[in-house]
Amino acid sequence: MKNVKDRFWEKIGPYLLVAPAMTGIALFVIYPIIKLISMSFYKVNQLNPDKTKFVGFSNYQKMFKTAEFQKALVNTGYYALFMILIVLGCSLILAVWLGSKKSRVNSAAQASAFLPHIISMVSVGLIFQQMMDPDYGIFNALLGAMGLQKSQFLRSSDSAMNSVIFTSAWKSIGYYTLILIAALQSIPESIYEAADLDNAGSVRTFFKITLPMISPQIFFVLIVMTIGNFKVFETIRVMTSGGPNNATTSLVYYIYNKVFMDFDVGRAAAGGVILLIIVGIMTVLYFVSLSKKVHYQ
Amino acid sequence: MAAIEFKNVTKKFGNHVVIENINLKIKDGSFTVLVGPSGCGKTTLLRMIAGIGPQTSGQVLIDGNDVTEIAPGKRGVAMVFQNYAIYPTMNVRDNIEFGLKNNKIPKEERDILVKEASEKVGLEEYLDRKPSTLSGGQRQRVALARAMVKKPSVFLMDEPLSNLDAKLRVQMRVELIELHKKLQTTFVYVTHDQVEAMSMADTVILMNNGFIQQIAAPEEIYRNPANLFTARFIGSPAMNIVELNDGIRLGFRPERGILSDEADPKADFSVEGQVVTREMLGRETTYSVRDPQGRTYMVTGLDDPYKVDDKVYLNVSLKHIYFFGKDEQRIYEEDAQQYQACLEALRRGL
Repeated sequence: MKNVKDRFWEKIGPYLLVAPAMTGIALFVIYPIIKLISMSFYKVNQLNPDKTKFVGFSNYQKMFKTAEFQKALVNTGYYALFMILIVLGCSLILAVWLGSKKSRVNSAAQASAFLPHIISMVSVGLIFQQMMDPDYGIFNALLGAMGLQKSQFLRSSDSAMNSVIFTSAWKSIGYYTLILIAALQSIPESIYEAADLDNAGSVRTFFKITLPMISPQIFFVLIVMTIGNFKVFETIRVMTSGGPNNATTSLVYYIYNKVFMDFDVGRAAAGGVILLIIVGIMTVLYFVSLSKKVHYQ
Repeated sequence: MAAIEFKNVTKKFGNHVVIENINLKIKDGSFTVLVGPSGCGKTTLLRMIAGIGPQTSGQVLIDGNDVTEIAPGKRGVAMVFQNYAIYPTMNVRDNIEFGLKNNKIPKEERDILVKEASEKVGLEEYLDRKPSTLSGGQRQRVALARAMVKKPSVFLMDEPLSNLDAKLRVQMRVELIELHKKLQTTFVYVTHDQVEAMSMADTVILMNNGFIQQIAAPEEIYRNPANLFTARFIGSPAMNIVELNDGIRLGFRPERGILSDEADPKADFSVEGQVVTREMLGRETTYSVRDPQGRTYMVTGLDDPYKVDDKVYLNVSLKHIYFFGKDEQRIYEEDAQQYQACLEALRRGL
């Protein structure tokens, strides 16, 4: 018969072992989420907590009615959609080009594509802001030199969002290229040789062999990018502060504004909950719709 | 069906010459095995036929046509890779069908061909499975079916059995021989395993350091090695080699050495020695015998009369002795002058 001590360990031991990690998760993940959700139902008064009062769904109702929030929602969706399309497309093309063979030119190109990733977003934003200056910026100088129409870039509500997307894409393409190159290089050479012997053309080889083989990494990139892009903040804070006329206000920038400009924590919390729900739904959608097409070995 | 010919073919990787100026003919419908130690250039030769590692200079001819400029997929060859190189994202049917689809073969015909090929290798029930759910032997069969279904005129195989366990390997060996009989096409098979070479080939091409050492039927290459390398490489345990005077070397197969309690006066080669190890392998026994000079001889026999440390005499008769000259080439009996010198050296003793 096992003694009492052994039985105790069998039952309790595992829980004790995961307890430190679980405490961390509870403290830094679960508690903040619960706190966020609860705050979104209150009118929070930070100076005098006694005056904080329960308002039910009023934060949400009011928030959804404001043009600012609606605009932020649309902007964020637009930003995320185009970022994903542009970055995924460009990094895939770059990866196929750079990963195909090892030459000095290729590794130099690979390094320079990755370089933007190690620069801070704030610096990138400021530099691009200068370069995009409608009057003195280098972009308009180049456009002018080529005889093309100049752009107002960040100063016009028509072009501001696209300018921000351009900047962010420039910064993040290198990083995803690197991930995809690594994925491409993990495909055994003999599979391509077999495809050669099977008389598969290069386009067919790409779509029937290369793409399915790196689908797990593409899936990963897709999820990471979606989550990251819905949380866009830095670029917008540095380059446009949400302007002109809310043309570039994103969801997170809206939340930031509510807390630090309007001191309306309850409203900001409601925005945070919405962001949480959107990202959650997107991730679940991806998993359900793509998991069948993704090939894991 | 196709014959293959190499004309003055050289292959370099960077500045490293792997194969230099090789000339070789592989007969139509033969089962040719390229064998040799690792790095001898056998796989390189095979890849040149396939076109996936084209030659640096020279010509490769398939069925009399120079295929240098022809893409791998249009040469009418199929290859089975060492690691199978099955497309992991496709199920078994798609794997087998891929080449047919690329060649724009209509659906009805494809279905018939896939059915035929999968039946031949016993995979009919696995057509909808992903390769990751198959065993090593089954994957091997997928690779075979994928090669077969294209009805190639040349089958290339790069150590296809090396990833299988010993029992399955023996079984697949037999199946490949039968497959060759059925298809009657040219098989070119690369291996480093001389047992595979001997058991499957009708022609063995033995290579070393990028050079062809001997081309012959298995029994010929075993009984009549053209040089020292061939003599040492083919056969297990390897041929016993003894150095005589003037750089002349003598060799005899382990099964041709006869152990006895006393020196045999009729034997042309006889040494006294001591049994160092004894390996009882069931059907036969392998002894290693060491003579007073410290040379070790391997001797195999069906009888098992000696134990370790027994004193024995090792006798070999002249008809089982091979001589090799200073240049490591075989000295044949027909070459009377040199052969006499060898006999003289043998008489003078060790």
